[in-house]
This record gives sequence, structure tokens and C-alpha cells, in this order.
Amino acid sequence: MSMTSAQLIEDLGGVQSEALDELQGLTSEESLEEWRVKFLGRRGRLTTVLRTLGSLPPEDRRAAGQEANRTKTLLEEELGAARRRVREGRFALLAEQEQIDVTRPGRPATVGRYHPLTQIIREMCDAFVSMGFQVIEGPEVEWDHYNFEMLNIPSDHPARDMFNTLWIDHKDAEGRQSMLLRTHTSPMQARTMEKTDPPVRVVVPGKVYRYEATDATHEWHFHQIEGLAVDKGITMAHLKGTLYEFARRVFGPERKVRFRCDYFPFVEPGVDMSIDCFVCEGQGSVNGSPCTVCREAGWIEILGAGMVHPKVLSDVGYDPAIYTGFAFGIGPDRVAMLKYGIEDIRLFYSNDLRFLGQF
Amino acid sequence: MKIPLSWLRELVDFDIPAEDIAHGLTMAGLEVGDVIVVGGWENCSVGFVERVERHPNADRLVLCTVDLGEDAPHQVVCGAPNVAQGQKIAFAQVGASLIDARNGKLSKLKPAKIRGVVSRGMVCSERELGLGEDHDGILVLPSDAPLGMALDDYLGDTILDLEPTPNRSDWLSVLGVAYEVAALTGNRVRPPEVLYTEEGQEIRNLLSVNIQDADLCPRYTASLIRGIRVGPSPRWLQKRLEQCDVRPINNVVDVTNYVMLEYGQPLHAFDYETLLRQRIHVRRAYTGETMTTLDEIEIPLGSDHLVIADDRDARALGGVIGGLDSGITEATTDVVLESASFDPSNNRRTAADFSLRTEATVRFEKGLRPDLPPLALRRATQLIQQVAGGTVARGIIDVYPEREKPRPMLLTTARMKQVLGMEHSMEQAASVLRSLGFDAAVENDETLRATAPPWRSDIIIEDDLVEEVARIVGYDSIPTEMLETAIPYHDGQELRAFRERVRDLLVRQGLQEIISYSAVGLDLLRKARIADTDDDLLTVSNPMSREFKYMRPTLRASLMNTLSYNVARDARAVAIFEMGRIYLKQGEDLPQEPEIAAGLLHGQRTGEGWLSAPASYDFYDAKGIVESLLGRLGVEGEFRPLADDFLHPGKAAAVSVNGAVVGSVGEVHPLTAEAFEVDGTVVFFEINVTRLFEAMPQARQSVKPLYRFPASLRDISILVGRDVPAARIQQIIDGQPLVERAVLFDVYEGDEAPPGQVSLGYRIHFRAPNRTLSARDVNRSLARVLSLLEREVGAVQRGAGEGDVA
Repeated sequence: MSMTSAQLIEDLGGVQSEALDELQGLTSEESLEEWRVKFLGRRGRLTTVLRTLGSLPPEDRRAAGQEANRTKTLLEEELGAARRRVREGRFALLAEQEQIDVTRPGRPATVGRYHPLTQIIREMCDAFVSMGFQVIEGPEVEWDHYNFEMLNIPSDHPARDMFNTLWIDHKDAEGRQSMLLRTHTSPMQARTMEKTDPPVRVVVPGKVYRYEATDATHEWHFHQIEGLAVDKGITMAHLKGTLYEFARRVFGPERKVRFRCDYFPFVEPGVDMSIDCFVCEGQGSVNGSPCTVCREAGWIEILGAGMVHPKVLSDVGYDPAIYTGFAFGIGPDRVAMLKYGIEDIRLFYSNDLRFLGQF
Repeated sequence: MKIPLSWLRELVDFDIPAEDIAHGLTMAGLEVGDVIVVGGWENCSVGFVERVERHPNADRLVLCTVDLGEDAPHQVVCGAPNVAQGQKIAFAQVGASLIDARNGKLSKLKPAKIRGVVSRGMVCSERELGLGEDHDGILVLPSDAPLGMALDDYLGDTILDLEPTPNRSDWLSVLGVAYEVAALTGNRVRPPEVLYTEEGQEIRNLLSVNIQDADLCPRYTASLIRGIRVGPSPRWLQKRLEQCDVRPINNVVDVTNYVMLEYGQPLHAFDYETLLRQRIHVRRAYTGETMTTLDEIEIPLGSDHLVIADDRDARALGGVIGGLDSGITEATTDVVLESASFDPSNNRRTAADFSLRTEATVRFEKGLRPDLPPLALRRATQLIQQVAGGTVARGIIDVYPEREKPRPMLLTTARMKQVLGMEHSMEQAASVLRSLGFDAAVENDETLRATAPPWRSDIIIEDDLVEEVARIVGYDSIPTEMLETAIPYHDGQELRAFRERVRDLLVRQGLQEIISYSAVGLDLLRKARIADTDDDLLTVSNPMSREFKYMRPTLRASLMNTLSYNVARDARAVAIFEMGRIYLKQGEDLPQEPEIAAGLLHGQRTGEGWLSAPASYDFYDAKGIVESLLGRLGVEGEFRPLADDFLHPGKAAAVSVNGAVVGSVGEVHPLTAEAFEVDGTVVFFEINVTRLFEAMPQARQSVKPLYRFPASLRDISILVGRDVPAARIQQIIDGQPLVERAVLFDVYEGDEAPPGQVSLGYRIHFRAPNRTLSARDVNRSLARVLSLLEREVGAVQRGAGEGDVA
């Protein structure tokens, strides 16, 4: 028996309406797959009908073929739409079916922490690095020669009283104590200049030591950042500019600075820099009560500085008539105390995790 | 140094408030620590006790009639035991604000009825006036106190508490500070007028002075005053000394102290009669010579010490302290006044030798100029005659073997510009210098010539003059500029950068950084089983305490201390590290200071939360930190068992990189943990960052191509003897061509493993760079791995499975 094209088209119609009917009620991805196999699969209903296409007379095949393709496309599109419907339906239930308590604490990631002094030293050095200074370091156990002599502080100089020294058990050829724990980072001034021809522009962070009774604001062991810039044409105006910029970066752009005369044997003229108190904004009091940070002064001394003493320059072989420079020394411990409101310097070295965990 | 404004006003006029003076001095370099106001006593004045009568109703109270020089005297009730008729006292009328002696607070005086008698006013004690702590009796004023004078005018003053810098001996004198005030206010200083009459014989006929050691005493001046009467100083003199925290002693000694405070030049007074043959020798002491000081302490002298001696004995330690036997007593009638220059270094060393840092040495050690002694000598001679009478012998002794020439210095506009970055006219600079007491002459537009006054010992170079001008004009006037020159480059900071990278990597692995003291005590090192003796330790001669006697040879001890400290404070999990230096003795050289990174892990590895099962840190946590660190630095560590007293003998490894030992990892020895009162496992790692840096390969890091072909995975499980190190097995597997990497994913050493054996599971990734591997390729390579394992370490395969293809 041979098929007519009308018959075939009728069969297609039958498959199509049956398929669409069945598709209506399907809600799961599994049933849709079953539906696909049943109607569109290799042995599916539509395929079965299409197989009879070959038995049509050639002149009928074209029209029937077109109809068959249309049906197939339609069913495939409907299947796609049904799949989307089912997926969307499933996601619509997510809130209901897969809800978790988002207020429970999360799984903690292990996060390490830097010591607050590491943080402040980096911050301070970065401020100078951005102004072309390079960070270098030097030995903590030093010779008297670099710690004092080369800084214009000969033995028996009264200025030695400014630097109570911890000495190392060691005698030089003349039986004198010559090895010490550096009392400041300034020995790197001479060490650097001896090794380098000018220009020089460095900052030197590191530990320093003083023979000093300890209390909330004094430690025998603390940090310092030394700075040194030497070149032709460096003046006190550059000292002021550099340190002002530093203060703005570390303490905020609205900070005011004040420079007054002070004495350090290795600079001339000598400078002491203060910033206006960032707690009371330089007023000396907060809401009527005395400011405890600046002790009502309105100003906080931050660092000592000055123009490098010509003797220091000539001792390392720089011609002080040609080269000038400035040097400064800052205490990061004190800066961190001011910045974070830390009242006892000893907290930095007692390593209480309850303290360190706050930074 | 305390200076009353009243004294300052005697030498220089100024009409600005004390606070402004204090600010000006501070900005110019002389820090004023405090401005102390003495006074503010309203309604208080000097009174005279006319009569003291018994209180009708009380045994311990009296009725005082006090005259204030007004019409009617005041009657008050007084309970002080020392009140007496005829005294001058401080009298407070009703309305005065006084300090309540019971609670220290200010309160207003009201009329009161005491045991039935009305009292209007009060005779004050020191404490009630805020002058001191004494409240045992009333303050009795000197009899010459002017009756009725407001107490503020009589006793009040404002005192500047100064903190002079060590270079300025002149700031230890009223005159020196007066010149600062003059320069800051534009006024002129009126130096004290020194006028007195000399009589009788020439001094050189009465006293001889011979300087034997002029290197230690460049100049010696002396005067002689005879027929004086030693006694208490007049009130004005005592008050000045008290205001400056100097205790009045007698009129002669008080004058020497007064002039020291005024001129900054210490003086000494000898009893002329006690000087054998009236001869003074300024010489080094003989070995074995001794002297008893004014403090009645016998000191052993040597050739480093300079003494002022008569023909036989040392009578004073030059510029430090006087001798007991030649001092001024009540019996003294003839006084030799000494005003001399002493070598600053020798003076400072001598003072240190005998722990005698006196007001004199504080000044001499700063290097007083030889120009100063005669000025101070004449001033003191005048005052002694004024307050103790007597006649002054003609002339002064002035021995000055090598007279210093005046040292005029040039100051140029060019140097000022070079240092300060701004121009100053020479006229302006000269005017500043003159106001400070310098001789200054402008030579031309670019140059001036200046000579420092005798009290300025700190002016040595031209830049000192630059500073004088800059600080008086004010640093505010200097412009603010940024550095504009080319940025220099300094070599050799790679180790520092490397160390900071290691620090970052350790923090990123979840560790808390600590910083501990660089010094340790032997007790701590012993406790941590690190050292028994101090043989190789770098010792601090004058440590803060026993705990800090040695520069640390390791970070281990302080880490254990930190752990112990925090465990005692309930820390449940401690994961800490320190990045710091250790100090290793190096013969006669400075010690080595290698950079060490070391850490400890103890307690709960996982947080306390609901998500994690509790687990404690163990050896492999510490090892993992080191492996990750090295991995991120691009090198591989080799771990070998290590014997180290600090560590558990079975759980310790040395870490090598490129053949160099760079550190260790291990469990802290249980005995050490116990000594530090830590329960449970403590694991440790230590990397010598300096050594690791040196062991790092020099080759530049280069990027490997990304793989283009898939890997094949195979899992194997092998049984092998427990004594075979996993590193050996890993090495065999990794050594095969086509093996990209192998991961140990399972270790079983439980009961089901044959005795002495352990079962290990490895997942092996096979990959070729240029093709997709076929199953045959992979299987052949795997078979080679297995046969090698069997041959090399006797490993037997337990089974092989096919993994997923990545």
C-alpha cells in the first residue's frame, strides 16, 4: 500500500496535537526527556512518520517534507519553551527548598597581621620613598666611632648626656669601650656617605637602644627612622618642604606644622618639628576638658632635624662649601602611640595577642 | 634651670606677658617647660603682730592683733604655735582666696566665730599660700618686709622653668637668657653695674697663684676681701637663690652661687687663712694624694685630676667641688674668691670619676670661655663687699698664660642663602647679632664680621651665626620647598626587599607578627634549652636588668616567652612569627646580625566556630608554612631529620635550599614546652633569611608556557617500609618522563597495614607538552614508576585505579 501525501500530512497533524497535548502537563526535566524520546527520538513518533516520506511519489515529497520539517521545528521549539518553563519553575522554588540561615557566622579565613610598628614604619618610609628617598638599613651593634665621633660628638662631649648608652663588653686596643648598641639610627649618615658619592637621599628605619628607666612613655628599646638628603643646593627650605609633606601624608592633609630651633650636635641649624594636635585640632582642649594627647599645648613634637653639620660632611670627605643637606630622626613608636591612642609604649614589645589583634 | 621674671626684668625691659616670653624662647631653641606663677593672693599683705593674747575659751588658741599700717588693727584667732609678738607675717583679709590646708582646694576666707570670738582674717602658713608644704606654723616674714605691702608685690613672682640644650652654657645664666629676651623683644640688656672700692695692699703682695697645668686651667683669676663678717644673706639674695632651687648657706657662698646663676661662671671662695703660705698652685694631683670634699667625703686623687692646692695640700678639686678644710665658716674673715677656666673634658671626666656632678661641672663641661672669669669675679667681689662688708685688696690676680685672641668670624649672604634657602640683608643679620650681645660690623652688602660675647662658647663656625640669625628672625620666615634635584640610587638593598617579601608571605599565611626585645637573659635561654653558659654570647656591660644581659643569639627564647605569656592569658590558638635580627659574636669585629624569621604554632588550628571540627596544630602545619613560603619564593626546600636540643628528637627537620641549610622545622621539645607551662604540642619553624637570600638562584625568573594538552591522572597505592622517606618515593615518581607531578593523598599506617609497613596513596598527573597522551603512553609510564619503586625502595602496589582526566 502506498502512502499519499495527504495521509502523511494528516498523520503529522495527529502526532503534533498529541505531542502538544502531552507536553502541556509535564513539569519535570525527566518527563520532558521522555517526551522528547517518545516524539522526537530516533524511534520516536515523528521519526516514524518521517520514515514513510520515502514511499511517497517524488512529486509529493516536497510539500510533505516541508510540512514534516515545520512540525519538527514546532515540536522542538515547544520542547525548548517547556524546558525553560520547568527550569524557571525549579529556580522559583530555591528560596523555599534551599534556604540557609545567612545570619550564622561564616567560615573564618585565616588572616595574618603585621605588628603595628611594622605598619607604621612602612607607612612612614613609603611617604619618604614617594619623595625619592631610598630605604636602607644598618647594624644595631655599632662602634662609638659611627654612633658618636662621626656625628660631631667626641668623647666627653656634654651632648653625650642626650644619649644614655648601653655598652657591649668589648675593649679596643687602648682598653676603651668602643662597641655599643646604637642610640639612634644616625650612624648610618656617616656609613652611607663614606660609601657613596653625593647625592644621597635615604631613610634608615631600625631598632635603637638607650639606657633609660622604662615607664609608659619610655623604653630602653625602640625604633627610629633616620633621614638624610645631601646634594648641591639643598637648603633648610627643602627640609621644611620634605617634612611638611611627610606630616601631611602620615597625619592628614589638613595638618599644620611648626618648626622651632633645637640642638643636635650633628646638625646646624637644628630644628624640632611639631604638628598641631590632631585630637584637639590645636585648641588644647576637647569639649572643655584638657587634651591629653598634646597636654594642652596644641602642638605635638614629632621629630628632630637640621642641616647636616659641616663637620659631619667634611669628616666623610664631602666638601661642605659645595654640598649641603638635611637630616632628621623620627620615632615611629611615638607616632604609632599618637595615631592609635596607645598609652603605654611597653605594649609594643610585650606581644599580648589581645593588643596585636587590634591592628 | 629656673629663672624668676623679676630677676630678668632687672637686666632687660619687656612688656609682654610671661606666656609670650616663654613661647618666644621656646621657638628660638630654649624650651620653657613650665611657667610657674607664684602669687595671685588677693587681699593679702604684709602684717605686723602687735600683740598676742590668750584666747578666753581655748588653751591652744591665741588672739593676735595685726597691724597692716592702716587705721585700725585687725584681731584674729590663731592656732599656730610659732606666732609671736613683733613678727612680720602674711595676713589674709576676709575675701582672700587661700588653699584649704585640709583638702588642698582653694576657698574664700569668710569671717568666723571661733570659740566665741569673732575672727576677721587669717595669719597664713606656707601651705595656705601655695608656697610650700609647711603647715606646722605660720610663715614668718623677714623683719624688713614693708608693712602693708600687697603680698603679691612682696613675695609674688613668675618663674620660667627652662630646659637648656647641652650646647648653651649661657642658658644656665640669667644674663644669657636676658640677651635672648632682648633679641626677641628688640630691647637692650643692662648688664649689672660693677663698682666697688679697693683699698690697702696690692693683692699680688698677699696671694700668689701659679698655674702648673695650663692645659687643664687656661686662666685663673682671684680677688681678696678681708675683714668680712660671715652670716646669713639678706632676704633678697636668699629669695633669688630659693627661686632658682639653690639653698642659701651663708652670705659668701650665696654670692658665689648668685653670680654663677647670673653670669653662668661658677666661682669658689677659700678661707684665706687656711691657705698655707698664701700660695695657690693649680696642678695635677699626685698619685696617692687625697682630699676631703665639702661633703666630707675623702676622695683618692690621681694625675688625671686637677686640684687647687696651697703649698702642701689640695684645697679644691678644680671646677668641681671645694675642700672641707679651706671652706668658708662663721669664723672666716678673709676670703679668696676664685673665678677660673677649666678644661671641659677633664672637668667632665673628673666629675664622673667621683660622681660629683655639681652645678659647677654642669657649666664647666660645656666649655666656658676664658673671657668670662674676670667679669664674674668683679661682680662677686662687689656683692660680697655689699652683703658681708670688708675691704677689697687692690687689683685682681689674673694668670692667663696663653691669652686667646678674639675670634672674629665672617658671615656672608651667600652662605645664608646656601643653608637657609633665603636672603637676609647684612644689616638685619648684624642687628640680630648685636641684640644677642655680639660685636657685629657690616663690611659690605655681602659680608659682616662678628665676635661672640664672652658667655657664648657655642659659636665656632659660620653656620652657627647663620642659625643665630635664623632662629631669632624665626624659622617661620624660611620658605617651604620640595626637593627638585635628580633622585639618587643606592645599591644593595635587595636583602631588605627580600626580607620584606618573606614577612608578607608569612602574614599572608595567617600568622601574627610580633616584635620582641633584642636582648635576653641566661635564665630564659636555659629554660628554653638553648644555652647553658654565656660563652658565645654578646654581653651588654650595663644591661637594664638580668633579663636583658645578652644580645639574643636566637629568636626561639622570646617566641616561647610570648607563647607562654599568651597561653597564660587564655589564648586558644597562637600562630605567631617574628622577623628580626640575632647577634652573633665575631671576634674583634662587630657581630653578625643575620635576619631570622621564626614562628610558633600552638593550640587550635581551626576556629572555634560551628563549621569546623577541632584540630590542633602539628608538625605538618609548620612544615607547610615553610613549603608554601619557599614555593612562593620559587625554590624548593629539602627536609632531613635533625637533632636539635630545642626540638622533639623524632619530629624535627633541617631545611635546605640548593644545598645550603637555611633553617629548621619541628615540634618544640615537650620538656621545653613544659618549662614554659604550655600544655600540648608546640610546633616551630625558623628560616635564616640572610642565608636563604644567599642560596636563592641567581637566574631571572621566567614564565613557563601554559600547557595546551590535557593531563591524565592515575591513582596508585603502595605498601612500603616505614623507614623509607616519602621524599625518596616522591623523587622516584617525579623523576619519570611524562610525570608532571604527584600528590601524596593518603597515608595509612594502621593495624591493617603489614607490620613495619605503611600504605601510601599517590595521585599522579601525566602530561606531555606537545600531544595528548594515549592510554598506552600513560600505562607504560605508570608501569615504569611502579617497577622503579619496587626496585629502589621495595614498594609493592596494592591496586591502581583510573582517575579523571583533568
